[in-house]
Amino acid sequence: MQYFVQQLINGLTLGSIYGLIAIGYTMVYGIIGMINFAHGDIFMVGAFTALIVFLALGALFYSVPVVLALLVMMIVAMLLTSLYNWTIEKVAYRPLRGSFRLAPLITAIGMSIALSNFVQVTQGPRNKPIPPMVSQVYNINGISVSLKQIIIVLVTAALLALFWYLVNRTSLGRAQRACEQDRKMAALLGIDVDRTISITFIMGAALAAVAGTLFLMYYGVIAFSDGFTPGVKAFTAAVLGGIGSLPGAVLGGLMIGFIESMWSAYFSIDYKDVAAFSILAIVLIFLPSGILGRPEVEKV
Amino acid sequence: MAVTVSPERDSVATPVQRAMREALYAGAISFGLFVLFIGLKTGQNISNELVLTTRWGLLAAVVIATAVGRFLYVAYGQPFLANQKITDVATGALPTGLASRFFQLPTFIVAIIAAVLLFVFNNSLTGWVGAEPAGYLQFLRALAVIYVLACGIYYFRAFIHANFTKLGITALVLYPILVVAVLSLNAWSITGGLQGSLKWVDNFGIQILIYVMLAWGLNIVVGLAGLLDLGYVAFYAIGAYAYALLGTQYGLSFWILLPAAGAMAAFWGVLLGFPVLRLRGDYLAIVTLAFGEIIRLVLINWREVTHGSAGISGIPKVSFFGLMSFNVSDSNYIAKVLGIAQSGAYYKIFLYYLILGLCLLTAFVTIRLRRLPVGRAWEALREDEIACRSLGINTTTTKLTAFATGAMFGGFAGSFFAARQGFVSPESFVFLESAIILAIVVLGGMGSLVGIAVAAMVMIGGTEALRELDFLKQIFGPDFTPELYRMLLFGMAMVIVMLWKPRGFVGSREPTAFLKVRRAVSGSFTKEGHG
Repeated sequence: MQYFVQQLINGLTLGSIYGLIAIGYTMVYGIIGMINFAHGDIFMVGAFTALIVFLALGALFYSVPVVLALLVMMIVAMLLTSLYNWTIEKVAYRPLRGSFRLAPLITAIGMSIALSNFVQVTQGPRNKPIPPMVSQVYNINGISVSLKQIIIVLVTAALLALFWYLVNRTSLGRAQRACEQDRKMAALLGIDVDRTISITFIMGAALAAVAGTLFLMYYGVIAFSDGFTPGVKAFTAAVLGGIGSLPGAVLGGLMIGFIESMWSAYFSIDYKDVAAFSILAIVLIFLPSGILGRPEVEKV
Repeated sequence: MAVTVSPERDSVATPVQRAMREALYAGAISFGLFVLFIGLKTGQNISNELVLTTRWGLLAAVVIATAVGRFLYVAYGQPFLANQKITDVATGALPTGLASRFFQLPTFIVAIIAAVLLFVFNNSLTGWVGAEPAGYLQFLRALAVIYVLACGIYYFRAFIHANFTKLGITALVLYPILVVAVLSLNAWSITGGLQGSLKWVDNFGIQILIYVMLAWGLNIVVGLAGLLDLGYVAFYAIGAYAYALLGTQYGLSFWILLPAAGAMAAFWGVLLGFPVLRLRGDYLAIVTLAFGEIIRLVLINWREVTHGSAGISGIPKVSFFGLMSFNVSDSNYIAKVLGIAQSGAYYKIFLYYLILGLCLLTAFVTIRLRRLPVGRAWEALREDEIACRSLGINTTTTKLTAFATGAMFGGFAGSFFAARQGFVSPESFVFLESAIILAIVVLGGMGSLVGIAVAAMVMIGGTEALRELDFLKQIFGPDFTPELYRMLLFGMAMVIVMLWKPRGFVGSREPTAFLKVRRAVSGSFTKEGHG
């Protein structure tokens, strides 16, 4: 039982990170119906920004309180990563918005290749390890919970609450939901569709940057190629939850996190990704539009 | 919102001033993007800790270059392009405006003479002017050759356009012979020419043709049937491992295993397709992506069979239909049978023709299938799935056949790849490969075989050519490695080509069967069941 609870906590931590990334996928998909393949690399850029800020803080000041350092890393990462996603949307996706469905997908894949290789060229191909920032571990009834895990879950919960408020209670969120339902009609009603889409990209990137910072804090290492696997997992999570649905993205993220930690604990760690992908396929066979997704109604 | 038009406002926004403003924005944005990634560099110190080094000079250069580039584009590029468009529309001759000024006869003659002179005196150049200028001269020679070829294409464009397929196939068939001939003349010996041809036949010819074949195979799934498949590389991997495992364990010949690999890949295509093909659009995409990853992860982790990441080596070579072999130690080695000098180039040239044959087979099958009921059903499915279903087409079987046919060609290409490399490992079957193949299909214009071949040539040939840019070392110093920038440029090229030609190089094919004539018969004139 203790072992099980332990794995549950690990899964929750992992799932929080996936959930944060998955929201970026699902929001972009909901509003312009496109798979933003560069999102995994946006996450990686966020983690790298946090890494560089961490090193710069260490070089500039003798010692910085951990909380402050994390906060600065997160904020700078959110700002710069948003700038990346904003630029990419403007340069690579917006001109193709009226084009056929696969065109923006190809530019997104191109951008994903370009981003990861840009980081490789400018920062070098090696793994970048940092010294552990937070190392306290609490022991409750034989279950060890590290402070890192608590931070990750708390930050994720706080951000999700903020995000829920933004989408459901502000005029910005209303504009986004309107664009999601019918972009042309929203434009006719005076909503600046381009601006709303830009903000969607910025919000997705900011969440991915937070996920990147947390990822860096949790694992203590990042490399230029680390965007792909979490990106694909998060995308899987978004589809599993029902793409386009925000609670679905979080739910899917948590599910993928649980599946992974349980599978590596009870079966084999080598096949944890295989398990996650297989469960995606099985779920989609029985629920073709994900767990919380609305089935598409075709009108002829 | 009231808009007031004042004369001051018009005079404020001259193009140059607008360009200045845009340039400032671009500079600010690029500063934001690059300040951490170019301005600072993470590196390891002696005790293996990460330290930062600053590169403010490079950052300033990049930011200024972005701003200046944006300025030039907005101030001069955009007006020029707009004018060009107007001129073209006015004269009705679309490409002649700029091109006829660029490809002029005197320059053409000068370029030919320069190229010939530089080729003739190639070997003595280094002695005359030293190593470094000789490098530049060789670069100049390459430019001259490209210019001459471009001129030739330009002058004969009407002829080329009319007979593109025939000319293309002829050029592909003659390519290795021409390479060997030119290089033999250049080195004044046949063996030297054969040795030098390895790079051109293998790195360029075979490499490009493998991607052409893969892209044509994927084209059946994506271009004809309209199913988005992001895990095509899985079938490539299945074909490669089928040949690698059966060839090394049981010593079976390539000619038996080639169809077997295709059949196996098709079988897996059906197996995957059966449960998931009722998914729509992007759901299908993610499941195929997941399938590709599952195959790769199994290949990595099932160590007892696949040797994991270490891969399988010592895969037997293809024989010349069992008559001659390409192993030097065998008694029926080709050079011994034919009585010619030993060279590794024979095998490469043979492989070139083999993959060319496989490519042409793919193209032939695709072209014929498009005219069969099943091909028409694919195209109908791509255009409108609901209409298809209401016309009584079984969408599941139709999708399955497309999936299986595409997978089969992926399997063929995979077993060829294993035979060519002599070594397979899961490294070769990452998602990036699927993405590249899909990009080639879309960039070429979905459904168009010629467009896809051109796209493969441009994208794969272009990235291979980047390996040859050693002369850049003379400009940027010996530490400069152009290979590093290969994939960066590849990704950017994908974006740029897509923005420039969103419908691909050739544009999407119209359905093969298309009712072109609208019959002017109104409904009241036709009886039910007629007309």
